[in-house]
Amino acid sequence: MDLGRWCPLPELWTVAPMLDDFFIRALVAGIGVALIAGPLGCFVVWRRMAYFGDTMAHSALLGVALSFLLEINLSVGVFLVAALVSLALLLLQRRNQLSADALLGILSHSTLAIGLVLVTFMTWVRIDLMGFLFGDILAVTVTDIVLIYGGGAVILALLVWLWRPLLAATVNAELAEAEGLRPEAAKVILMLLLASVIAIAMKLVGVLLITSLLIIPAATARRLSATPEQMAVIAALAGVLAVCGGLFGSLQYDTPSGPSIVVAALVLFLLAMAAPLYRLRPRRREPV
Amino acid sequence: MKIGIASRTGQQSMDARASHQTVVELQGAGVRREGRWLVRGVDLVVRRGEIVTLIGPNGSGKSTTAKLVTGVLRPDAGQVDRLPGLTVGYVPQQLFIDWTLPLSVRRLLTLTGNHPAAAVDVALAAVGIAHLAGASVQQLSGGEFQRALLARAMIRRPDLLVLDEPVQGVDFSGEVALYELIKQVRDETGCAVLLISHDLHVVMAETDTVVCLNGHVCCRGTPELVARSPEYLQLFGARAAATLAIYQHHHDHTHLPDGQVRAADGRLDLADAHQHEGHAHG
Repeated sequence: MDLGRWCPLPELWTVAPMLDDFFIRALVAGIGVALIAGPLGCFVVWRRMAYFGDTMAHSALLGVALSFLLEINLSVGVFLVAALVSLALLLLQRRNQLSADALLGILSHSTLAIGLVLVTFMTWVRIDLMGFLFGDILAVTVTDIVLIYGGGAVILALLVWLWRPLLAATVNAELAEAEGLRPEAAKVILMLLLASVIAIAMKLVGVLLITSLLIIPAATARRLSATPEQMAVIAALAGVLAVCGGLFGSLQYDTPSGPSIVVAALVLFLLAMAAPLYRLRPRRREPV
Repeated sequence: MKIGIASRTGQQSMDARASHQTVVELQGAGVRREGRWLVRGVDLVVRRGEIVTLIGPNGSGKSTTAKLVTGVLRPDAGQVDRLPGLTVGYVPQQLFIDWTLPLSVRRLLTLTGNHPAAAVDVALAAVGIAHLAGASVQQLSGGEFQRALLARAMIRRPDLLVLDEPVQGVDFSGEVALYELIKQVRDETGCAVLLISHDLHVVMAETDTVVCLNGHVCCRGTPELVARSPEYLQLFGARAAATLAIYQHHHDHTHLPDGQVRAADGRLDLADAHQHEGHAHG
């Protein structure tokens, strides 16, 4: 879609020609995604939700299939399905019949499988399956960029606003609850934020690799940070570096964009592992 | 500040506690989940400057009752009256913080509210771990961590301090020191204290009221009274009652975690502290 035709923002008119180049579009989109995924990824790591994030990401393919079937916007479809899957998981967990781990295993693979089956049935639409699974930078449009930066600004604003209850609930839900914060609500909002990141990051890295963009930069940042806030910022920067490195590599060696970004993120992680761990040392205060 | 607490409190606490204002009152409160009463008919009054200890076996409704007091749960029966704008300080049990979360003791204290650095230092000094301000919480020992959590709750200047099994995973001398600290906090701030404990062997002597729960209030009163009551003996058995030791202050000094020794009158023995510098404490 040619956004410039109806977009009311004058700034976009001036950037629009530059955004004609698919590589620039992918780069701008990727940087935006990394800036959002870094801080959110910290919570995924702290709360041990890696498999949870994976399950939501896998359900994105079902979202893709349903979007084509119902002819709705792709990102909206993916967001809705990912959000529904996470809420279903919350409700199923409360019934305490199957372990969270088993529930995740069931939802993760069944939603992916249903998505794949549905896509094959829909012979009237041509879908580049590999693109959805592993990312396709050619697919990034100007609309996607607007969505990433608009949605990303909202996500980051919410994250800043809810930082305290989210962090307190991560440390201890009962403590947060007793002191008047609402950890359950914070958890639901965190899930919705994750669903939206998955929806906007899907085209770039693909459903199978989105979680890596959440987890690897955060894990990289851990070794370089002294506070939770620092870790969030460093994770965002590490993600931006990985996106840039991965996309340039992908252009250079003609590799798929998603896997290239993940490989770049892994290289950064390994470099951080080699760096000495930032240690908080107890400071002894001499008695006076 | 470190030194001031014990000596200064006398005057302050008298003023702060003068009112003995009721902070939370439960009247016949009950919580029902899936057709089963978790607790029922609980009457409980928590007043400023008083320590209430909830004891009872696992599943007796201690946590549920505490949640009624803090307002996390609403009663399905009876009534809960809480002071409007009540500030709660909460010390959770068995807190595990994932290694991936970089959290210093200093940052832990501002987890649920903003507090100036000076206030953080004062709170940490008050619980005797000022020297650990920059340490990561994952490096602390059980006793140090409980002190940090207590400082975190205290810095909020709570009207009500709720402690869930505060001495779990702390050795005996640490246990005694922690109970002493809780008493000091109560004396200095005049806040109400609600202690939850399944540890029947040590109940604070300063506890004004022990409430023994088993789905309902099975008995209540001063620690001595509860220990002798037939309901208590029936619930926990004579053997448990025989080992129930009510902690009293008979020692004349306390070892602070930074190696200093504090005499019973609150003074610090500095010579001793310097002696400690050279060896195992370092």
